[in-house]
Amino acid sequence: MNNKVLNNRAWLLVLPMLVLVAFSAIIPLMTVVNYSVQDVLGPNARFFTGTEWFHSILNDSALRDAFVRQILFSLTILAIQVPLGIGIALIMPKRGWQASAVLILITLPLLIPWNVVGSIWQIFTRGDIGLMGWGLRELGINYNITRNAGDAWATIILMDVWHWTPLVAMLCYSGLRSIPEAYYQAARIDRASKWAIFRYIQLPKLTNVLVIAVLLRFMHSFMIYAEPFVLTGGGPGSSTTFLSQSLATMAIGQQDLGPSAAFSIIYFLVILLVSWVFYTTIMHMQKDKNPHGGA
Amino acid sequence: MAEITLKGLAHSYSKSPSSHSDYAIRQMDHVWHQGGAYALLGPSGCGKSTLLNIISGLLEPSEGDVLFDGHRVNELPPEERNIAQVFQFPVIYDTMTVYDNLAFPLRNMNTPEYKVDPKVREIADILDLTPLLSRKAKNLTADEKQKVSMGRGLVRDDVSAILFDEPLTVIDPQLKWKLRRKLKEIHERFNITMIYVTHDQLEASTFADKIAVMYDGQVVQFGTPRELFEKPAHTFVGYFIGSPGMNFMSVTHQADKVMFGELPLPVNEAVSRSVAAAGSSNIKLVIRPEFITVSNSPEPNSVPVEVVNLQDLGTYSLLSFTLNGQLFKARLPEGHAPVGDAAHAVFSDQHIALYVDEYLVEIGHE
Repeated sequence: MNNKVLNNRAWLLVLPMLVLVAFSAIIPLMTVVNYSVQDVLGPNARFFTGTEWFHSILNDSALRDAFVRQILFSLTILAIQVPLGIGIALIMPKRGWQASAVLILITLPLLIPWNVVGSIWQIFTRGDIGLMGWGLRELGINYNITRNAGDAWATIILMDVWHWTPLVAMLCYSGLRSIPEAYYQAARIDRASKWAIFRYIQLPKLTNVLVIAVLLRFMHSFMIYAEPFVLTGGGPGSSTTFLSQSLATMAIGQQDLGPSAAFSIIYFLVILLVSWVFYTTIMHMQKDKNPHGGA
Repeated sequence: MAEITLKGLAHSYSKSPSSHSDYAIRQMDHVWHQGGAYALLGPSGCGKSTLLNIISGLLEPSEGDVLFDGHRVNELPPEERNIAQVFQFPVIYDTMTVYDNLAFPLRNMNTPEYKVDPKVREIADILDLTPLLSRKAKNLTADEKQKVSMGRGLVRDDVSAILFDEPLTVIDPQLKWKLRRKLKEIHERFNITMIYVTHDQLEASTFADKIAVMYDGQVVQFGTPRELFEKPAHTFVGYFIGSPGMNFMSVTHQADKVMFGELPLPVNEAVSRSVAAAGSSNIKLVIRPEFITVSNSPEPNSVPVEVVNLQDLGTYSLLSFTLNGQLFKARLPEGHAPVGDAAHAVFSDQHIALYVDEYLVEIGHE
């Protein structure tokens, strides 16, 4: 790796990219790694702690609860948003001005900043002036997101579904639009039912966009912060405190840099691991199981 | 089993067609007999795919009727017409195995598995797909995929016609003839009406017993490949069929002579009489490149021409020359080409054909 590199000037062309990646990913990550294995008390007072912070994080029961809540939240919104997104994409108009109009309407929630989404729903769900909160109360339902954990959960999920299902729907819509008309014609001639058309033509052709949709939605929801923070502040109690909020409290509120750094690394590795496992599983499923076999 | 009749059929994609040009298919009557192997030949945009989709039921014609065995089926969707269609790009169900692909139409009709299995294996055997039955259809080559999509049409007992929409477009050239032979074989074996859309005259003539040549939304001629070649009923057929196509001369009849522009053509009495009797301003004399002889010395009834170039194509040579400023092609046997730029051409009287308003008019050759 000496002569070759020295003689090969093309490596210089990689340099800008390397610098970019270093500043965008490697150096910040290394900073975190640096903090995670030391106890930094001041500019000149630091002690090497090894894996101590990691142990304490993994044994922290509050964090473990937040982790379970986080998993539960991500799975719930995926289970709702993916089928719902596919369903919306299927019934969206295919052409004409209606198609454009529906597309714009559907995309609107995606354009609203996270904090604003939280504020909108915070007001929306208030019992005194919020349409939904007031409406439910008038109907005789005891709905209060600051008091009932169940209400808080349901509202956060509803909010996320409202905010992000359009993304899934749009990805699916683009996937559906790319299926050639001949497939539908052939299916009609083969007397395929609506369900069979969905199962054997549309769904397989959607696999790739769905992989992207699930990955994006998983990563996104696993890092959710601003919306629940504004809406419930993590409460009631800690019933809607997710990982990001726990981390922020620890790092900014308590200035526990060492444990927060260790926490960040574990957090990052979990997202990486889940995404990787999911992606490889799907790609593996698509492979021909018996490429050379006979009948 | 079906005889497919098109009665007064016309189709326009616009809602209120006013002129000829609004029609993708102009009014036509046509019968496809049970068990025939037909080709629908024409250039891109002539309406052949539209016609095919009308027959299969993917499109409803705006005028006229489609009859299957005398029953009007205009409004029947494709699934109720007992036809199969093979598309330009192979349509297969990616996630299924080849076996499941072939079984799919049967299972959609709730056929019991004990009947599905032998049928699928029989068709797979005919199409040489047996070794591939357990493979995922997604990973097949284009020609295998096309065979699978054809097989889905064949497994159904009730299929009375298979429509092909340029099915060999994406197939490698060396596999095309193999697949075409397979089609022939299937046709002979199953007594199914087959209609094959293509823009390739070679494909059409090797596959079909009878070819319908389409041009500008109309079937301009319906005949055997031989008839199309020897007796094109329309100038377009003469131009489209054969390689190269026919030579056309727009002529007039003046002072008892057949004039090609300023040049009197040395044609015989019969031709001259027919031209005189044509009574139209659109008169064309037509001759195939095979029936022109060109030599260096003037001969009786020859006209002086200017040679443009000579292509040696192995068994014959193709000579391009100009006469009266128009380019002609002559197909000459090897060793019969003239030397130099100036030459004399003779048009064989027996093989000159007359077209009035683009359609063939019989000449009373003695």
